[in-house]
Amino acid sequence: MPLILVGGLVFGFGLAYSQMARPEVVLDFLQFEDFGLVFVMFGGAAVTGVTFFLAPRLLGRAPLTGDTFERRLKSFDRSVLVGGAIFGVGWGLSGICPGAAYASLGIGNVTILWALAGMFIGAYLQGYWRTRSETRETAATGAD
Amino acid sequence: MVIEALPLQVTAELFPNGISRYAVGGLLVGLGTVVVYLSTGISAGASTFLESTLSYVSDRSRFQQYVSSRDWRVVFTLGIILGAAVYAVVYQGGAWTTDVQPWRLLLGGLFVGIGTRVGKGCTSGHGVCGVGSASKTSIIGVLTFLAVAIITAQLISALGVSP
Repeated sequence: MPLILVGGLVFGFGLAYSQMARPEVVLDFLQFEDFGLVFVMFGGAAVTGVTFFLAPRLLGRAPLTGDTFERRLKSFDRSVLVGGAIFGVGWGLSGICPGAAYASLGIGNVTILWALAGMFIGAYLQGYWRTRSETRETAATGAD
Repeated sequence: MVIEALPLQVTAELFPNGISRYAVGGLLVGLGTVVVYLSTGISAGASTFLESTLSYVSDRSRFQQYVSSRDWRVVFTLGIILGAAVYAVVYQGGAWTTDVQPWRLLLGGLFVGIGTRVGKGCTSGHGVCGVGSASKTSIIGVLTFLAVAIITAQLISALGVSP
């Protein structure tokens, strides 16, 4: 837990330092007025890329959990495109994504609570719909 | 002389605020992810926190799958808030608030909440961890939300909505 807090601290400090915690800066990027944000994602991905490549080869298991080091691989299906598009509409409209929203609160941006409220409502809605459709599918299979 | 100055001028137009703060910030974001990964083996993402935290207050099966990770996700998020607060105190000299209109934040946030969870990740999960893992799913995910976000932001701007 302490190391997760440290990781979060560095992560949040980095988001604030990169200005990504400010929706205006993200919107400037999306409107092609300042391309600097490309370096935030590439910078972040470069660091994780090297680590995710080397850790499984040089280290055995994670010291705290004993878990093996794995890459973040998720199965591809239509929901990646559908969800990505919905997220894109939200990101383009608000200029804020989840991690940056938490960091934005940290830099004193209380107005961002609007976005955080929206995110929780959105996450709840999709959970509500998906739980319901799962239940219906199970019921349908059971009836066969 | 003119030819020599051209690349600099183009750079200044593309990056009016320079690139160092973005690059340094990005490296720190990566470093924070690495601290979590090296100690626990977990690829941390920010948007799962939304659902894992809902498991405290909702019994829906969709959220209950995150019960085992919800505590450390709260700690990680508190860390993000505190880390950003340290930046605000040291470099910013106080609080900063956005001028983007509340309805954009609320409605946009709603779409972000649905989209990141349906699409299996956000800018940190897909963007930093997934791309760092050279995951095809994540690269396609990033290209999708980036393209749609650019189109959306340009449209909103063209409609005269600002900020």
